[in-house]
Amino acid sequence: MSVDKNTVRKVARLARIAVPEERLEPMAKELNGILAWIEQLNEVDVAGVDPMTTPVAMQLPMREDVVTDGSKQDQVLANAPKSEEGFFVVPKVVE
Amino acid sequence: MTNLTQLTLSDAVDGLKAKKFSSQEITQAFLTQIDKSNAALNAYVVVTADKALDMAKASDAKLAKGKGGKLEGAPLGIKDLFCTKGVRTTACSNILGEFTPTYESTVTQNLWDEGSVMLGKLNMDEFAMGSSNETSRFGPPSNPWRRKNSNVKLTSGGSSGGSATAVSADLCLAATASDTGGSIRQPAAFTGLVGIKPTYGRASRYGMVAFASSLDQAGPLAKTVKDAALMLEVMCSGDAKDSTSLHLPVPQWTKSVGKSIKGMKIGVPKEYRVDGMPEEIEKLWSQGIAWAKAAGAEIVDVSLPHTKYALPAYYIVAPAEASSNLARYDGIRYGARQPGDGSLTSTYETTRAKGFGAEVQRRLLIGTYVLSAGYYDAYYLRAQKVRTRILQDFEEAFKQCDALLTPATPSAAFGYGEKGDDPVAMYLNDIFTVTANLAGLPAIAMPAGLDAQGLPLGLQVIGKALDEEACFKVAAAIEDAAAFTARPEKWW
Repeated sequence: MSVDKNTVRKVARLARIAVPEERLEPMAKELNGILAWIEQLNEVDVAGVDPMTTPVAMQLPMREDVVTDGSKQDQVLANAPKSEEGFFVVPKVVE
Repeated sequence: MTNLTQLTLSDAVDGLKAKKFSSQEITQAFLTQIDKSNAALNAYVVVTADKALDMAKASDAKLAKGKGGKLEGAPLGIKDLFCTKGVRTTACSNILGEFTPTYESTVTQNLWDEGSVMLGKLNMDEFAMGSSNETSRFGPPSNPWRRKNSNVKLTSGGSSGGSATAVSADLCLAATASDTGGSIRQPAAFTGLVGIKPTYGRASRYGMVAFASSLDQAGPLAKTVKDAALMLEVMCSGDAKDSTSLHLPVPQWTKSVGKSIKGMKIGVPKEYRVDGMPEEIEKLWSQGIAWAKAAGAEIVDVSLPHTKYALPAYYIVAPAEASSNLARYDGIRYGARQPGDGSLTSTYETTRAKGFGAEVQRRLLIGTYVLSAGYYDAYYLRAQKVRTRILQDFEEAFKQCDALLTPATPSAAFGYGEKGDDPVAMYLNDIFTVTANLAGLPAIAMPAGLDAQGLPLGLQVIGKALDEEACFKVAAAIEDAAAFTARPEKWW
């Protein structure tokens, strides 16, 4: 499986990273280098093998379904690049 | 007491308790050293001098009453990956701007609860993605060690390079670090330090800037095995804020240090004898085996047949999880926003293009690609199955032995730029360390000797899940035998 310029453009869009047109080709080359190296995983027999979760089997912890945190709007907004009247300000999204 | 900054953490803690010196004295001694050295070494990206002196004063008040925690009054450095309340935390990425957390990571909170003093935040690879610290937004730190008769600037490794520089240059007693593929152990090996990554889940990941959640673990960088044990005891805890943390009692690992390894079975995996490995590493490994034998351990040859697949599996799992974790950096809720053409999509895309460095972008694209529609099974799922194979290898090996002894890195510290532009060549640095992350096992690196150029080289001990004790025991035995007392010649 190798990636071309168009795949990089599509993936960059999915990752929400602006990759300039002239970087698409070199990036495809870099990614292909890494992907070619990764291909060797196809040699491993994984038939009947479960995907790894953890080396120490444990049950997911349960807790009471109660509110344990919150009511700290000022802290939530403390690092916002732009906020107004207790809200995050984003670019206009509806016409 | 001549030089407080050169003490080990354990000796400093004892000295503080015995009132041989105060926390304010030792804290000031470190702040003075940082002031003198940081321009050359670039270990700290934030120095919290006022906070440090306030914390030291509070510790002195406790110590005066004969009270205080396990690390009372001891000045530490904190990797910039741990959120520290009121102190800028950026994981050395531009995208986090001037992000100043309103909360504290569990690991650092545990350290403060036991009385330690924060000197500042330490340099690292951007989002911990790198093996040389070259990807830091603040530029890389310098390794205090240099080759004999050379002034070429060497890397102190990555991603915890700032932590390694700070501890080895006596700019803190010990430091926090984190390890996703070797980011504690490789810098330890490059700077003559001890570093341990505990079993996955021992340390809470709450408040650690996430890279690859199924691999990330916190751990210390320290001057001795005992110091590393003391730090790890305090850092680890089961935590309701991290559902993957283990709710198990934290053993008193300091008590394992110095215990005899007589009768222990130590495995030597043949697959770690890789092509092109420098003879010196090979020699060091044989020396380590001889030391373990002399200390009464039985050496067993073992096989970990899937070792060669560990790095390729890592370079699927880690970027995939990173692409998901780093989706949060959108320029809306925190960090540095770049407006682009003013639309929402352009704001996201420009913020992320300008905020992430080249290596992070490369990994996010790989991660997004391997998780994209139609490829999930072929890449991520297969890699997770290969991880199971790697864990099974270890489980088989541990039927015959109690711990494994391997080299820590395939080379000594290298110069900036010496690895060229090939990302895969840089990735190969983690060849001996990454398997323990994939299998979730504890692993410690400790100094064992110098190469012909006078640079430190390290060995690694990998333990069974939850058996950090074996790591500490074997590491301490090797530390004892190696009697590694070399120090970098001060040039900074």
